[in-house]
Amino acid sequence: MGEFLNPAATVLILPLTSALLLALIPNYRVGAWLNIIATFATLCAAGILVVARPAGAFGLLFVDDLNIGFVALTSLVGFTTAVFSKGYIGHELATGHLKPAHLRYYHTMFQILMGAMNLALLTSITGVMWAAIEIATLTTVLMVGIYRSHAALEAAWKYFILSSVGIALALFGTILVYSVAQPVVGDGLPAMTWTILQAHAAKFDPALLNIAFVFLLLGYGTKAGLVPIHAWLPDAHAEGPTPVSALLSGLLLNVALYAILRFKMLFVGAHGLFSPGPMMITLGLVSIVFAGLMLYRRRDIKRFFAYSSIEHMGIIAFAFGLGGPLANFAGLLHMAMHSLTKSGLFFAVGHIIRVKGSQKFDAIGGLTRSHPLLGWTFVACVIAIAGLPPFGLFTSEFLVVTAAVEAQPLLAIVLVVGLLISLGALFICINRVAFGEPKGKVDTDEGTLLPIIVHLAIVLAFGVFIPGPIVNWFQHVSRMLG
Amino acid sequence: MDTLTVAHFLAGSLVLLSFSLLYQDRLPPLINTFAAQSLVLALAIGWQAETQHAPHLLITAAIEFGFKTVLIPLVLTWIIRNLKIHRTVEIVVGVGPTILAGMALVGLAMALMMRATPGIGVLARQDLVFALSVVLLGMLMMVTRRNAVSQVIGFMSIENGLVLAATGAKGMPFVVETSVAFSVLIALIVTGIFLFRIRERFDSMDVAVIDQFRGER
Repeated sequence: MGEFLNPAATVLILPLTSALLLALIPNYRVGAWLNIIATFATLCAAGILVVARPAGAFGLLFVDDLNIGFVALTSLVGFTTAVFSKGYIGHELATGHLKPAHLRYYHTMFQILMGAMNLALLTSITGVMWAAIEIATLTTVLMVGIYRSHAALEAAWKYFILSSVGIALALFGTILVYSVAQPVVGDGLPAMTWTILQAHAAKFDPALLNIAFVFLLLGYGTKAGLVPIHAWLPDAHAEGPTPVSALLSGLLLNVALYAILRFKMLFVGAHGLFSPGPMMITLGLVSIVFAGLMLYRRRDIKRFFAYSSIEHMGIIAFAFGLGGPLANFAGLLHMAMHSLTKSGLFFAVGHIIRVKGSQKFDAIGGLTRSHPLLGWTFVACVIAIAGLPPFGLFTSEFLVVTAAVEAQPLLAIVLVVGLLISLGALFICINRVAFGEPKGKVDTDEGTLLPIIVHLAIVLAFGVFIPGPIVNWFQHVSRMLG
Repeated sequence: MDTLTVAHFLAGSLVLLSFSLLYQDRLPPLINTFAAQSLVLALAIGWQAETQHAPHLLITAAIEFGFKTVLIPLVLTWIIRNLKIHRTVEIVVGVGPTILAGMALVGLAMALMMRATPGIGVLARQDLVFALSVVLLGMLMMVTRRNAVSQVIGFMSIENGLVLAATGAKGMPFVVETSVAFSVLIALIVTGIFLFRIRERFDSMDVAVIDQFRGER
């Protein structure tokens, strides 16, 4: 019975029971409200989890300083996305893009996705984490294809095939890690449990562990959208519903990176091993530069910001690849800030698409004049995502660059060039979308901008001042990551 | 034959059948070859269940046999007959270069695993070589084929390699659950193919034709 009262279990049980309920409720309005209530309850449970912090293992779950922060972030963004989603789907129904029957299915998938992501974060077993990420992927595939248009089905199919291959690679890596651990810690579950794996990592066969990490990095890297295995990401973001783009960029990419980080932690305890750093640095830098270049000449605003997500995943992979307390701190901060900013940005893009009736850049222009509040909020979001002060992403990017200059000045040059390339593209984007003569339709904007403003406020607060306890917590996790 | 020889014989046959999948140029024989590979996999798992004294692996063997040897090939055959899909396999790279690339991949798998795995048991190590070969050959098949059905068969043969690796790792938990999860995944893919066709969304099963929309280039 104690297991069920545990806050760690509540974070999983709430979304999954809500998913069942939502599958039974035909009325989409009730469904949208229940979706909000369920994500809010999950957020409260996550809050209790953070405050109570019951460290240790419970059955197949365990809580430590690394995953607790991700659970809090996931639940927060899940809640704000549910609020945004309610307004968004109302408009999609009105315009006939979606039917009420689709929404029942959509809300169910939403909750399964939230539950699966929390399970992937909280489980103590490598195999369960793999399965949870597979479930999360499948639900997003189904959500991306929900419009049933030719382009949406094709984006979903591409996402499905590529992520299935990624999932297969990750499973092979997981099996290899088991084979490495099994002679040392014995048969069965112990050889798949994070804490036990980490305690005995020094005794593992280094060569095979290295090979395992290559498979895991490529497998979960496919899910995280690292170049060259990113091809699904822009299509899936552009063709799916906007709340799904926000969840993909803001949360699912983070969960995939979390999986890579967990496996990377095995190398911390093991001395004399080949370091996983250089591989992550290479993938990261390639992603930053490639995505920076791809940001130019985009015609579709959602596709544009999908490439921006690839760039930021590259920055994070680069930071963790460098390692050391400073770079790890920067990586963690960047993950949190990017998640909040990018999901907020996609909410803003959702509002823009609604007023303009199109997601092509050609149809969007002069937003600050026609819709001042929405226009300026969008400008603030883009400034934040560009890593300019006073927002939190400036702090984290500054720290990444500092750490890179200290460790490898040459790599720092590549990094800075990549960042400047994307900065230019983002300025062009602001200029086209927000300023000049209003272009295209000018429908009135309904629905609340509150979720975006909440996200921006947090990101701004982190840019100005990070509270002491949070700094301590980040520093502690950075040391865990080695 | 002693224990190792039988396990090797079965796992080696899986790799050979993977090569055989690479040079099939018509869909019906491709499906049959895949069914044969799944049958051999079911036998290999059954043998592992016997040698590791792990009766739960028999469930996995039963799933592999019932689902991938019988059900999926029947459904795929039914789909290509009813949806009048072209029976030839459209390939991107010729058969000769593909087979050569496949041989290189198997060599890579051996070089990688044999050097890296002195620490683990002989049985597990050889199994990992074969399993990695099957996985890599499956991926090769996925990139060299355009046809959606043959891509799915490529994916399923990757999965055969994974199941071989998982059952070869002694005492690995969740093997049965994993094979169930993969079966669900495959069922969804196959249903997806069927639904896309039945709604006349696409005129061809050739993914390159589906790819009219390729994103912005």
